[in-house]
Amino acid sequence: MTRGEKQKLRVGLMFISPWIVGFLGFTLYPVLASIFYSFCDYDVLTSPVWVGALNYRDMFTDAIFWKSLYNTVFFAAIALPLGLVASLSVAILLNQSVRGRSVFRAVYFLPSLVPLVAGAMIWLWILNGNFGLLNHGLKMIGISKPPQWLTDPNWTKPAIILMAVWGVGHSMVIYLAALQDVPRSLYESADLDGASAWTKLIHVTLPMISPVIYFNLIMGIIGSLQVFARPYVMLGRTGGVNRSALFYAVYLYQNAFEYRQMGYACAMAWVLFVLILMLTWLATRSTRRLIYYAGD
Amino acid sequence: MRRRIQKLVVYAILLAGAALFMLPLVWMISTGLKPLDQTMSMPPVWLPYRLYAEREGGTVEVKRRRSIEYDAVEIVVSESGERTVAPAGEIADGRWTPPAGEAVAVRVARRIPATTDDPWCVVNPVGGAETDWFAVRVSALRKKVSPRWENFGNAIKAMKYFPTYLKNTLILCFLTVVGTVFSSAMAAYGFSRIDWRGRNKVFVLALATMMVPFPVVMVPLYCLFRWLGWIGTLRPLWVGTFFAGAFNVFLLRQFFMTIPKDLSDAARVDGCSEFRIFWQIILPLSRPALMVVGLFQFMHTWNDFLGPLIYLTDQKDFTLALGLQFFQSQHGGTEWHYLMAASSLVAVPIIVLFFFTQKTFIEGISMTGLKG
Repeated sequence: MTRGEKQKLRVGLMFISPWIVGFLGFTLYPVLASIFYSFCDYDVLTSPVWVGALNYRDMFTDAIFWKSLYNTVFFAAIALPLGLVASLSVAILLNQSVRGRSVFRAVYFLPSLVPLVAGAMIWLWILNGNFGLLNHGLKMIGISKPPQWLTDPNWTKPAIILMAVWGVGHSMVIYLAALQDVPRSLYESADLDGASAWTKLIHVTLPMISPVIYFNLIMGIIGSLQVFARPYVMLGRTGGVNRSALFYAVYLYQNAFEYRQMGYACAMAWVLFVLILMLTWLATRSTRRLIYYAGD
Repeated sequence: MRRRIQKLVVYAILLAGAALFMLPLVWMISTGLKPLDQTMSMPPVWLPYRLYAEREGGTVEVKRRRSIEYDAVEIVVSESGERTVAPAGEIADGRWTPPAGEAVAVRVARRIPATTDDPWCVVNPVGGAETDWFAVRVSALRKKVSPRWENFGNAIKAMKYFPTYLKNTLILCFLTVVGTVFSSAMAAYGFSRIDWRGRNKVFVLALATMMVPFPVVMVPLYCLFRWLGWIGTLRPLWVGTFFAGAFNVFLLRQFFMTIPKDLSDAARVDGCSEFRIFWQIILPLSRPALMVVGLFQFMHTWNDFLGPLIYLTDQKDFTLALGLQFFQSQHGGTEWHYLMAASSLVAVPIIVLFFFTQKTFIEGISMTGLKG
């Protein structure tokens, strides 16, 4: 290395030094420690005791673990496609030449800004079985026995899903920005070929914004498998009646900070990580042919 | 013609959707401005109101009211002078026999015949005794829209430490925004504007850390902060932000890369130190991107629930989000008007912030979503 190179290396490392310290202290160390703890019996108060793969084996027979995993996957499997369709349709509608676009955009976007805890309070009230606005509306359209959203184990997950769909404004804004980046000329040439609106949507719009859809999908998978605040606030740390809305992250939290089973919690976290990686890989593989990158 | 119908359908769908999306927020604010009884009335009340009735030439506000479907009489109890309304069947020979109690001597002031067209109701006025009831035609009641602004004050009082929650939240917002913006900008500068050996490899490593979900590091971080004696203080919630999170570094790096290299080179020739170039040339040019990072961090800190839940133990250290949840867990299920007023107090500042920084917000989100 020449003197100039050395100098550059020194200055460069100085600039990234906050990141280096953060990486070592708040990422690398915790990740390594987490692997270690996941093979230990650890309650924070006494030193960790090595137990091998016991935590991972325990998970197989822990019915609550499976229930929380099922609830979480159920939530993700419905909330993600629903949110995708909702936000994409609103974005496509707004991308027509409508008047007051920025007002509509603000209105759809606002709910996603509402702090999760405050949002959970609002929905607790709206979904209230006796005085809730939603059930009143359902009665008005002729459903005489609307569900008890928060106390009937069949309806707690749909309640959380409903609330999640309310907050899709964020991805709507992203889709709208992507749609506005699609070159006009593509639509013009499609028009010359006499393409219908539907054909243009399928063959021009969706392929052009497919990278953005893919990106949102991945972020959605990562986010929805870690859902915490909404179910925790709305249904408590036990996940409501029959643990019907006990989500993975909530159960993990419970293990760590209520039962003080830090080792088990870490093991659960690693299973979650592997699950996220697997799903991301799967989503990437299965959509590879469908995604169009303009640069390629 | 077909185009116009199409257009109409688009507007109809958009408007209906917009109404559905706004409804919960409108309902939150509406409930927050109601007295307790109007929160639970069926059909729902949208605009909080007060009822007024005429009584002996004056107007009194109605506190409670009941409908009557039977022949009734307005009576004055002779001994106490107390006025009330009783079913006609309980009155005989100037004496009133209440369902539970002894007969008392009364004077009949007015007979109220049961009727279905233009029906009567009985009301208990504000300021009157609990037993003070009089009859009035339902159609004669006057309704005046009247939001109960005092709910906000009462909700703040009911939450006890609300000012402390607010103070803690603002302190955290300030510290985390300063920490994130400064440290991420520095690291992003190091990753984009200085060419050092191995830079790109290290940057890939930085990107890889974004993959690690929070639960993986949650327990060791808790143990680390516990070992430092920081549990029950605000420190675990802000110290980390002074050490550049990968996502923000990535965002700012993308932005810094778009600034022409010649600018730095010219400054270097003039003998500018690297830190001065960073501070006086690059940062001022990157204001939009820095605003985005700062704004998102502010939002994140204001909204964060899991972090405060894990690290804060004393009510006096709680943030607004955690304080609101704590309030709900203590008072939830009955005082919906206070809960909604308190929720509004947590949500409305963010909504106001959005209206003032809309452009930064929308650009920021598009930026994070499209370039990711």
